[in-house]
Amino acid sequence: MPLFRDEEYLRVDFEDKEEKDEALWVKCKSCEKLIFKKKLQENNHVCPNCGGYFFLTAKERIKTLVDEGSFTDKTKRIESDDPLNFVDTQAYEERVEENQTETGMFDAIIVGRGEIKVNPLVLAVMDFRFIGGSMGSVVGEQIVNGIERAVEEELPFVLVSSSGGARMQEGLLSLMQMVKTASARDLLSREKLPFISVMTYPTTAGVQASIASLGDVIIAERGALIGFAGRRVIEQTIGEDLPPDFQSSKFALDHGIVDSVVERDSMRDELAGILDFF
Amino acid sequence: MSEEKTLQELREQIEQLEALNSRNGLDLSREIDNLTEKLAEREKDTKEKLEEWDKVNLARHPDRPGSEEYLDYLMEDFYPLHGDRLIGDDGALIGGLAKYNGETVMVIAQNKGGEVEQSQQSNFGMLRSEGYRKAQRLMKLAETFQFPVLTLIDTPGAYPGKEAEERNIGGMIAKSISEMVSLEVPTVAAVIGEGGSGGAVAIGAADRVVMLENSIYSVISPEGCAAILWEDRDKADEAARALKLTAGHAQDLGIIDEIIPEGGSGAHEDFETTADNLDHSLSNHLEELENYEEDQLLAKRRKKYRSIGSFKKVMKKEQS
Ligand SMILES: [Zn+2]
Repeated sequence: MPLFRDEEYLRVDFEDKEEKDEALWVKCKSCEKLIFKKKLQENNHVCPNCGGYFFLTAKERIKTLVDEGSFTDKTKRIESDDPLNFVDTQAYEERVEENQTETGMFDAIIVGRGEIKVNPLVLAVMDFRFIGGSMGSVVGEQIVNGIERAVEEELPFVLVSSSGGARMQEGLLSLMQMVKTASARDLLSREKLPFISVMTYPTTAGVQASIASLGDVIIAERGALIGFAGRRVIEQTIGEDLPPDFQSSKFALDHGIVDSVVERDSMRDELAGILDFF
Repeated sequence: MSEEKTLQELREQIEQLEALNSRNGLDLSREIDNLTEKLAEREKDTKEKLEEWDKVNLARHPDRPGSEEYLDYLMEDFYPLHGDRLIGDDGALIGGLAKYNGETVMVIAQNKGGEVEQSQQSNFGMLRSEGYRKAQRLMKLAETFQFPVLTLIDTPGAYPGKEAEERNIGGMIAKSISEMVSLEVPTVAAVIGEGGSGGAVAIGAADRVVMLENSIYSVISPEGCAAILWEDRDKADEAARALKLTAGHAQDLGIIDEIIPEGGSGAHEDFETTADNLDHSLSNHLEELENYEEDQLLAKRRKKYRSIGSFKKVMKKEQS
């Protein structure tokens, strides 16, 4: 049975084409050891040697969480129309196209319906590769669509964030996605449907300061980066160096910002366990 | 080459061609037209660039009137409320009960402060977690007693501090947005100076949003944007233009409801005219909003924010 079934919306080729032509071995950034790629994939992209976390794409993340064959992609077939005609060192339109080609996605998020240990849910997962997972009009719209689907089908909503914040290239429209998603989020509470927010590396700025922080339950993956302002900006402001664990998952837990810190290997069990209470 | 020099050269070229044109019986009118068109475009570009950056400077002008001045002028009576009931009172956020057009309203305003000492007390308008928690408290209080909420936005952004992060400033901004967008009372927000990113929108999720003519509203400061995208903070003027952070653009994008004209060459020169215009606008919007039932109001607000965004259907080939 295929892991993913395509439906009427987005058609993403879930046969990872990159697996075919890439090197068989990858180097772990934490322990610098060469790891057999297949082994890494079997191990949820956790280094078998040191336990360091490799970065997960949205697709890979979904695979680590859902029951095999249960995920149906419901991502709407929409893409940015470059409302500001934004050009920095590169035209935004071109940047989007490049990112689409590199990732095989239309924007930085996949939304679908699936099951985690037989618990049905709507699952939205951001992808940091796509312009830093930033939230512009498309990501905002997909999140709201996911929430509305959850309300329609009376399902819990789970969002896995991996985002540097709002997408600068869409200016004020991006900033307003903070309000748009926060407003939609309320629909879930009104229907007594749980919203579980999972913060991974990174969940910062405009995304941390909106939808990601509005979960009924908020869990951080170990190794996440969670905060509003960037470390360098804060260091410049206060004129001192920050401790290495600043804005880490443990920091977030210690300061009451998240409910728990979860290992990648246990995330699926953890989510199933939480969903079971509702 | 500087922009002004380029423009000057274009003008000289056109002059030379015109001189040749009349003298030698050559027909150079096409070349002249082309260059004239090019010059006009460059001039327009230069003006737009200056306009954006000029507005950034006006919005940040040290003499630009702030929330305290407007509240003094507009409110018949103002009783400030202090504290977030947990950590302390954030001087960057002033708020409280006020009489406006004879009715009680709740005012929530970001305060940069004028003189050096006041500016320090108000942390130059950069709110900490306590400020956002205080804003939430005042919003809920307003809702309980069905007072409309008026907010004045004027902040470079939320305070990037160590304690702010320890006290979950991001989560507090999220909570403020969430509370405000769900309030069952009329809400009007006015950007009077700087609308600096998440720190501003936290008190900006209103039924009606208006901007003073020379205020700015942006997803990120032009300097921050320049540092990230151009890797050069000195490109801030270019970033300002790209970000389209003026009131005119915000209106074109459908994000604000009205641009309020300022007196003279800006609010710092003619405060009274500016404040009168603001007064007129706020009064009108409040009056209109009073016509709606609570649930109508909320439905209308939700619909407004539901529809904000700009995208298109994917038309090209299937992704692989
Ligand atoms: Zn390792």
